[in-house]
Amino acid sequence: MPVVFITDALIFLLLFMVCLFIWYTLKHEYLRIPWRQVGKNSLAMSAAVVLLFYIAVGLLDTIHFHPRLNNIDQKEIKYSTDILSLLDVLTEKLRSRVERTYSAPFATHAYAKEAIDLPEGRQIRDYPRLYYGGSHLQYPGKEIAQDILGKTITGMVMGIITWLFISMVIIIILSRIRRCSMTTEFKLIIRRQHLIPWHVILITLGCILISGVTLAYLSSYYHVLGTDKVGQDVLYQSLKSVRTGLLIGTLTTLVMLPFALAMGIMAGYFSGWVDDIIQYIYTTLNSIPGVLLIAAAILMLEVYMTNHAADFTSIEQRADMRLLFLCMILGIMSWTGLCRLLRGETLKLREIDYVQAAQAFGVNHVTIMTRHVLPNVMHIVMISIVLDFSGLVLVEAVLAYISIGVDPSMISWGNMINSARLEMAREPIVWWSLGAAFIFMLGLVLAANLFADAVRDAFDPRIRTIPAG
Amino acid sequence: MINYILRRIAYALPILIGINIITFVLFFVVNTPDDMARMQLGQKRVTQEAIDKWKRERGYDMPVLWNSQAKGMKKITDSIFFQNSIKLFVFDFGQSDNGRDISNDISQRMWPSLAITVPALILGLIAYITFALTLAFFRASYIDVWGVVICVIMMSISGMFYIIGGQFIIGKLFNLVPISGYDSGVNAIKFVTLPVIVGLIGGIGSSTRWYRTIFLEEMGKDFVRTARAKGLSEKVVLYRHVLRNGLIPILTGVVVVLPMLFIGSLVTESFFAVPGLGSYTIDAINSQDFAIVRSMVYLGSVLYIIGLILTDISYTIADPRIRLE
Repeated sequence: MPVVFITDALIFLLLFMVCLFIWYTLKHEYLRIPWRQVGKNSLAMSAAVVLLFYIAVGLLDTIHFHPRLNNIDQKEIKYSTDILSLLDVLTEKLRSRVERTYSAPFATHAYAKEAIDLPEGRQIRDYPRLYYGGSHLQYPGKEIAQDILGKTITGMVMGIITWLFISMVIIIILSRIRRCSMTTEFKLIIRRQHLIPWHVILITLGCILISGVTLAYLSSYYHVLGTDKVGQDVLYQSLKSVRTGLLIGTLTTLVMLPFALAMGIMAGYFSGWVDDIIQYIYTTLNSIPGVLLIAAAILMLEVYMTNHAADFTSIEQRADMRLLFLCMILGIMSWTGLCRLLRGETLKLREIDYVQAAQAFGVNHVTIMTRHVLPNVMHIVMISIVLDFSGLVLVEAVLAYISIGVDPSMISWGNMINSARLEMAREPIVWWSLGAAFIFMLGLVLAANLFADAVRDAFDPRIRTIPAG
Repeated sequence: MINYILRRIAYALPILIGINIITFVLFFVVNTPDDMARMQLGQKRVTQEAIDKWKRERGYDMPVLWNSQAKGMKKITDSIFFQNSIKLFVFDFGQSDNGRDISNDISQRMWPSLAITVPALILGLIAYITFALTLAFFRASYIDVWGVVICVIMMSISGMFYIIGGQFIIGKLFNLVPISGYDSGVNAIKFVTLPVIVGLIGGIGSSTRWYRTIFLEEMGKDFVRTARAKGLSEKVVLYRHVLRNGLIPILTGVVVVLPMLFIGSLVTESFFAVPGLGSYTIDAINSQDFAIVRSMVYLGSVLYIIGLILTDISYTIADPRIRLE
């Protein structure tokens, strides 16, 4: 039985808007030019492939439902009260194989010594075997290195096969589009004669697929990234965090965009008292230090939630509301920058001939603003959306640390880092949680930054040069 | 000049009022003092008497805006709005929810904050400008390209990792400085070093890249071409023309953060257990001390507005083409 959280619904709305945007772009040549320039940038395309994988994981984690209970006795179908996502089902093994507490990556024994009962009745203190990690091994001390090596090679072979298959599909599709044979298409890619650097895309795809499939294969035998304090697999947590990170980065923009657009364009277009009021609003909001405003707002939300505990039926729903609220607060703070830019641009556009002409013809203000001004400020919107994204993902980690971020029950990189603070003081140190959060975050933010740079270069009219021919 | 500054301050007043109203609405209207009391005293089984007592001790038992039972001016002054919000205008922060004097706390705790933020800012500026100028000097070479790549990678790492990494490598592995804590006087140096270094490294990525674009923009301008055409060496062009003109946007950009140095950095201070205003705020957030959070929101906003005014003034000083009108 499907469950749709509010954030899920907003994500689908966002997805729909993105599709609409893509369809609109494809129809208009002047919009396709800058995107084509982004497409030529090999670094950006490689980043785009990485981003696509993150988005895929995030979307899989967005489809929630109550799983069906396997109850043979009863006729009617019963649903569990748990809420799972598609990602949870795909990573069933990771999710369900919970150890007792910390264990290092690829460990077969627990991190801390415990009292173990020997068969003859004595007790010794030793590292107990893990329930699941490396449980297929008879003598872990001797076999483990060989086993990991063997499984890695098997995993990599599987990854390479997957990669080759997907590359084939891509090449076939490309050759169909260009109406040439597959071999010529292949040669074109190898010789780098495409406008779009397909060889880079395929190599990136290969790197991700091979490492991904290897990880997936290994993770069904070991805890590849170790387990955390309550014994949950860190790889699973890292994957679940992707959705939180993406949500913060995108929903914030979605929430603030209508305000920023309407306010910015109105301020620039009407000037006079409308401009004064809007400027006053955003200067005031901008003056409040961001972290403090978030802290104040989240504190108030906590008070509200504890006093209205009955309104929230499940922990998930509570966490979801808090996430949405956080996005809204972040949105309130981040719309001011965009609004100011839009106002400035609209001030310039207002004096341009076609707007003046439209005014002289008596076209009403709303039409002028939507038909003539809006399309001409879209590049600013585009640039600021992509530039903001990576910053917002990073902010989430900081907020979680000050305990004003997402709900503590929600898996996020911020919460992972936050809990890892105490783990660093342990002896031997528990570095894997932190390391996993680091790598997964770096991957997303770096890809987003590189992609954003390319988009900015392509859309910024000051830098933009339309290629001859 | 004085006329201009006065007018700027007059413009700032409505903004301060706006902030005051926002914080008031956030803290007293969205959730009533009753809700806050219940939150503080424990969730469910709280008697009304306990709530009333909590409210009376903190002066939250007055009407929100208008006290009809009082006489004369007291009708206005004996209200939550006047006691808690209007008084902020004269920097009377009152008492925190656990009874400490907030103004006193602030005046004591701003010094540790400054001990970290000021050296970090100065050393940071020197370091970032040096890096950026180097990259600009070697523009479009491999040094520049790789420099930018490293900057982007460093930008993509969350600040938390720099702090944790710094604590681990410098503090734990090499045992050079204490991991966290603070001491008064000269002894503070060994506690301050690590936060300053970490802050410095954390800012390299974005700042260097930003300054590099500023310098490159200056390099494309006519006066630089003229200087080169005159036959000046690249070094002279760089130091005398590019650096000096590039410093205008950089320094005026710094001015806006100057007042905010008092507040310190929330995350850094709390990680390194520095008793500054940042950790003060975090402690208040964690113990849900609404009075302190409210005061800090207001203080931060005031400092930001001061920073904006200073920026406008510094523009006119740094760039004689700008006239005060």
